Amino acid sequence: MLSTTSLTRRGALLAGFGAALGLPAIRPASGQGAPIKVGVLHSLSGTMAISETALRDTVLMMVECINGRGGLLGRRVEAVVVDPASNWPLFAEKARELLQVHKVDATFGCWTSVSRKSVLPVFEELNGMLFYPVQYEGEEESKNIFYTGAAPNQQAIPAVEYLMSGDGGEAKRIALLGTDYVYPRTTNRILRGFLNSKGIANADIMEEYTPFGHSDWQGIVARVKRFAGEGKKTAIVSTINGDANVPFYRELGNQGIKAEDIPCVAFSVGEEELAGIDTRPLVGHLAAWNYFMSIPGAPNAEFKALWQAYIKNPKRVTNDPMEATYTGFRMWTQAVAKAGTTAVDAVRSAMIGQKLMAPCGFEEEMLRNHHLSKPVFIGEIQADGQFNIVWKTPNAVPAENWSPFIPENANRRRG
Amino acid sequence: MAARLPGSCMKHRSIGLLLLVLAVLLPGVAVSAQQQDAFAAQVAALAGGFAQQAEAVERLGASGDPRALPILRALSEGRLRKLPDGIVLEPGAEAPSEAEAIRINNRVRQALRGALGRLSIVSPDPAERLAAAEAVFRSRSAENVPLLETALAREGVPRIRAQMELALAASRLVATDESVKRAAIARLGGSGSTDARALLLEARAANPSLLLEIEAATAAIDRQLAIRRTGETLFQGLSLGSVLLLAALGLAVTFGVMGVINMAHGEFVMLGAYTTFVVQEACRGVPWLLPWSLPLSIPAAFLVAALAGAALERGLIRHLYGRPLETLLMTFGVGMILQQAVRIAFGAQNREVLSPAWMQGTITLPWIGVPVTQNRLWIIVFGLLVFALVVAAIRFTRFGLEMRAVVQNRRIAATMGIRTGRVDALTFAFGSGIAGMAGVALSQIDNVSPNLGTGYIIDSFMVVVFGGVGSLAGTLVGAFTLGVVNKVLEPWAGAVLAKVAVLVALMLFIQRRPRGLFALKGRAAEA
Repeated sequence: MLSTTSLTRRGALLAGFGAALGLPAIRPASGQGAPIKVGVLHSLSGTMAISETALRDTVLMMVECINGRGGLLGRRVEAVVVDPASNWPLFAEKARELLQVHKVDATFGCWTSVSRKSVLPVFEELNGMLFYPVQYEGEEESKNIFYTGAAPNQQAIPAVEYLMSGDGGEAKRIALLGTDYVYPRTTNRILRGFLNSKGIANADIMEEYTPFGHSDWQGIVARVKRFAGEGKKTAIVSTINGDANVPFYRELGNQGIKAEDIPCVAFSVGEEELAGIDTRPLVGHLAAWNYFMSIPGAPNAEFKALWQAYIKNPKRVTNDPMEATYTGFRMWTQAVAKAGTTAVDAVRSAMIGQKLMAPCGFEEEMLRNHHLSKPVFIGEIQADGQFNIVWKTPNAVPAENWSPFIPENANRRRG
Repeated sequence: MAARLPGSCMKHRSIGLLLLVLAVLLPGVAVSAQQQDAFAAQVAALAGGFAQQAEAVERLGASGDPRALPILRALSEGRLRKLPDGIVLEPGAEAPSEAEAIRINNRVRQALRGALGRLSIVSPDPAERLAAAEAVFRSRSAENVPLLETALAREGVPRIRAQMELALAASRLVATDESVKRAAIARLGGSGSTDARALLLEARAANPSLLLEIEAATAAIDRQLAIRRTGETLFQGLSLGSVLLLAALGLAVTFGVMGVINMAHGEFVMLGAYTTFVVQEACRGVPWLLPWSLPLSIPAAFLVAALAGAALERGLIRHLYGRPLETLLMTFGVGMILQQAVRIAFGAQNREVLSPAWMQGTITLPWIGVPVTQNRLWIIVFGLLVFALVVAAIRFTRFGLEMRAVVQNRRIAATMGIRTGRVDALTFAFGSGIAGMAGVALSQIDNVSPNLGTGYIIDSFMVVVFGGVGSLAGTLVGAFTLGVVNKVLEPWAGAVLAKVAVLVALMLFIQRRPRGLFALKGRAAEA
């Protein structure tokens, strides 16, 4: 199940893109020195393969790109790809293999929070370095992990604030629907605290969980419809993850729930997930992310061109976790260049304060809490499966990984 | 969180171009210069920020100006374009390349629905009038009353009349006269609609003097809704049951009749779903064929899955008859190989299978008033048809007779001249083919992804074991029983617990009756 991939074949092609990215020109990688190894820990089979394969490709693209520019510190970069097969304990085993057998210098990986929780003790024990590229529920901070996705205050809270604002429809009742695992449950706990603080009573909050891959949404959607029939404007906040989204949206469309009546904002649905759905009945439903493929500007245009050239498909979409992987990888190369070594401790201190003009069009900075400052965007689904951005923050927002809406965090330091 | 909306900077420019075109388009409409100015200003505001857009849309709707209809319709469909400097272009005209579509948000969409409703309520097309009446019902305001009264006086179609009356009642709810309000409340109470209930509850705060009437009206709606809810739950249960039936029928043949534990059964379902996708893509080239791609894929999916099944039986399973454990492990491995093969061939991403128009949306069952989604209704029908087909094939065909003979006593069947090996292959292919047909149906409600089958394999075995191994009638009754029980429990326990409860109940049931609901009796059962 293990394949060691060394990529050089399209290096020359991508060298041009490297130049466009403004990477420092270094002489071509000669064979001197052992290659720098980068681990890729994403599921390539099982339920999460749908989302995670694109992230593996993103890392491979970045490796090829940097080798085309002459490598890092004059050494070639080599990707070691393993497949944890959507199996959470296997994630820990594969992480150990990457660190002990392959002695990788940095690892890019994980999607679900449960997989990250599974590898965290391994990375701490063996002092590895993991870049985690997905928005998550917060409540975590490890010196061995850099979180390049959003914390709740960079996604969930602004999205609900938007729903309650005039433009979002002034929602007074919220249905929280999610998949039954740690990310939706924690996020909804934070959101409940936030809603209560805004004067929304528990009677006006509905909370429902379903198993992974749930496909029969008739009952739940019918219940949401009834919940909405109480004379107050209602909105859905969805933390439904993975495959289950497709039948969920299909049911919304078939039961005639229009975005004008009950808007649904999702935190785990991006361009990639919409690729398998007929989006015409869903126009107007929302998603909150820190990046959308439709963002204008040169940094995003470069990112999209690089990706579509690498994958050799001009129609392939980009999405938020891919952008977070890309940003994390480039910050890591910057930190390695600054530290002059790939040693974990040196790179870790060099990481803090790294800045990058990210494809989202804002400068992002790695903060002391190992999280990024990121802008927040809210987009409406369009008929072509892309998002029309209807709201954004004026600046990048620093991450609050310990949410003030969870009572136990009252005494913790923030920021 | 103070944030500026993108594109909220608006430029006031003349829209002379538009007006010129409009004047040519509508020579019969005589408009005073003043009216024209107001109209032009509102149209210009459509290129502004979302708040301005919503306001302009509302004004245009209230103006009753027929020139506004095509513009607003174009806006709602994303066809209205503007130049970079904010000039709104006339819909349908040749647009210069730098023109971009005007974007809207939910607030504008909501305003548009009301405005379009008001403008098209006098349309000659009955379907448009009905949609307009529904839209006006949702965007009730006292200003709509005279408009609805005139429309109602002209209306002849009873269904549209009823909807207009409801809309009128909703609009009168915000009127000033108490007795008019009272009549409106009574009318809404008789409607039995959830939307009317929401309106009444919303009106409570504003009308303390009418609280009793409102309570009575909502109670009347609640009674109607309770009946409808029972119907809905029953339908949902039957729908889940039909999905289980489709998934399990093939297994009822391969496992129930032949006794082969085929863990790759789910993958045959998945192959059927991918065949549907391939047929659809093949039909794309021929536009008139596209709506029929779904019916066309039924025989195609049957053939593909049946061929895969025959290959599996001839290639592997026949060497392992009588060794259930090896068969289980081997077919499990084959299932994984099939999954990964499809993943390599089609990618890990979901594939989009379109629903034909006749399978989208909701219809209301005429005699009980229960709203049902069309795709689920068709799947119930399809499930029963496939069941009838399987029963007929086994009962009335030569192949079915041979199959039963081989199952009951292989050696005697062989001495009668039946080629038992060939019958085994055909039976297995038949069961697999049915799984393929199930895949066609599942492509309409689930993801077409390489993992499609894994979600159904456990459920399928559950249905077959519960119904009684070897009994097709048991599979039918078992599937629908499990579906309905699951859906009845779901609102009480939640989706996760309901499933757990059903599994526990099933375990207890199997303890009491190891052979399931419809146990086979006689020699065949002991064999």
